[in-house]
Amino acid sequence: MGEVIVVTSGKGGVGKTTTSANIGTGLAALGHKVVLVDTDIGLRNLDVVMGLENRIVYDLVDVTSGNCRLKQALIKDKRFENLFLLPAAQTKDKTAVNPDQMKLLAAELKEEFDFAIIDCPAGIEQGFRNAIAGADRAIVVCTPEVSAVRDADRIIGLLEAAELMNPKLIINRLRPAMVKRGDMMDIADILDILAIELIGVVPEDESIVISTNRGEPAVMDMVSQAGEAYRRITRRIKGEEVPLMNLDAPKGIFDRLKKLVGIR
Amino acid sequence: MLEFINRMLGRETGSSKTVAKERLRLVLVHDRASISPAMLNKLKEDLIKVISNYMEIDESALEVNLCQDEREVALVANIPVMKMKRDYVNKGQ
Repeated sequence: MGEVIVVTSGKGGVGKTTTSANIGTGLAALGHKVVLVDTDIGLRNLDVVMGLENRIVYDLVDVTSGNCRLKQALIKDKRFENLFLLPAAQTKDKTAVNPDQMKLLAAELKEEFDFAIIDCPAGIEQGFRNAIAGADRAIVVCTPEVSAVRDADRIIGLLEAAELMNPKLIINRLRPAMVKRGDMMDIADILDILAIELIGVVPEDESIVISTNRGEPAVMDMVSQAGEAYRRITRRIKGEEVPLMNLDAPKGIFDRLKKLVGIR
Repeated sequence: MLEFINRMLGRETGSSKTVAKERLRLVLVHDRASISPAMLNKLKEDLIKVISNYMEIDESALEVNLCQDEREVALVANIPVMKMKRDYVNKGQ
């Protein structure tokens, strides 16, 4: 029996889709059978982030409305044969699916897969209600900005009202240099405000843009900081205790020189 | 406004993250203040329980409301006291 995990945030553009792609790929890399479900009907993107946009035949709405069987709509990943994508429909809207249909779908996915990662659309309307309907647990993605934190707070309230208790937080796009000079809220500030458990911190990293350009999730990039952050999150999802990465701002040349001559 | 005065006087108002956190704290009080009538009722019952340890109150006239203005949210309770409990006053001394 598998587990359904919804990745949500309230605010758009904080990295739900990137997070979903990386968590899903990370879990598949560890040998689990994983399906990624894009519930952002009308604005699908998980397919391009995964580099699978050319293979879509059927979509989520085809499955929930009975136009095709689940197996027909699942797209096999290029890299892992135990990783699949169920794409969103692009020509319909959020009302094409209802929460009851999503619950049925989630139950079917749990039979087949170890993990189903649900990429939730932005907002708190039907798209959100669909995405959380069949979920067993939730991950809230938030960037260190007032708007994202405020929306995350609202989402946490709505998740708990829907009896999805103890959502976990990913702080995304943290910029250690800005934190250091006091111009960005740090991990403790955000946890203090949102009062939920942290499951990972992903630093702002250019490699995310590059990997998204290529359609290859950063979690497979062994050099980048973001890749390492996602690998750690993946292991935490499995219940492992993994320490947070050291995100100290990379030292500038002056810092290194100062250290060299001994003035600190 | 306060920030402006501080700047005129050349005072440092602190890092922008402190501003962000303070603004968030305030706005979330507002956001979260939309509590359900059920929760407000539960709060009333709990208040009555605690206060009844110290004094007799008129439960039927008890009013508990959340009031908001621009700067803050306040819990305003109007609790008519009928009688003080004497033995509690003695015990407290």
